[in-house]
Amino acid sequence: MNALRRNVLKGAAGAGTVAVAVAAGLLKPTQALADVPRSAFEAKNVGDALKGMGATAPADSKDIIIKAPDIAENGAVVPVEVTSSIAGTSAIAILAEKNATPLVADFGLMGGAEGYISTRIKMGQTSLVRAVVTAGGKSYTAAKEVKVTIGGCGG
Amino acid sequence: MAEPMRIRATMAGDVADVKVLMNHPMETGLRKDAKTGQLVPAHYITDVTATVNGAKVLDAGLSGGISKNPYLGFKVKGPKKGDKVVVSWADNKGDKNSAEALIG
Repeated sequence: MNALRRNVLKGAAGAGTVAVAVAAGLLKPTQALADVPRSAFEAKNVGDALKGMGATAPADSKDIIIKAPDIAENGAVVPVEVTSSIAGTSAIAILAEKNATPLVADFGLMGGAEGYISTRIKMGQTSLVRAVVTAGGKSYTAAKEVKVTIGGCGG
Repeated sequence: MAEPMRIRATMAGDVADVKVLMNHPMETGLRKDAKTGQLVPAHYITDVTATVNGAKVLDAGLSGGISKNPYLGFKVKGPKKGDKVVVSWADNKGDKNSAEALIG
């Protein structure tokens, strides 16, 4: 990991700092957009996590498809698949809304990577699984409820 | 040294379908040890990057909310059979691992 990039993104000035860094040629635009500051992963609620990602009011989109089970028996392993057909998708973030730290992962996509991510997440309890897609500097979102029978966080 | 990881990459039309399995405990730091009652320290992968023929295609940030022994699937448009996929990760304790595979 590029230490400079981390520091720049951590800066309180947020978007402004990044823009300057991009202008100065320190960061490639795709890299700057793809990376979410570590602090967003520590946010305790969805609002703070989205703010940390720089996506405070993402627009609902039907072009994002979340494939996850309706009922997950084991919250420790919940398969989640996100497909975004939004042109220019540059990042897909996955949030489990009622987890202690909702932001589960953020995937920056570049160099021909399609708007598709498949992974397995932990869920503490029944909640919405939310996908936040960044495309062309804008944020889009969709959510799907997953019922959890046995929680997978802590215990 | 970390456990090995597995990558499988196959072409479907002009899109490479890459599947990665990493070996990692992914402790959130919130779980208690059943015997001692002590919190198990956080130990999880924080960064995953993937390249195809040296060009970066994926740059991911992970948290303890990803399941143990993380699975990751992604698709890349453009590569050819025989192109090299490299996936590497780093965790919050500074441990690192990397593996490569040829697209089949």
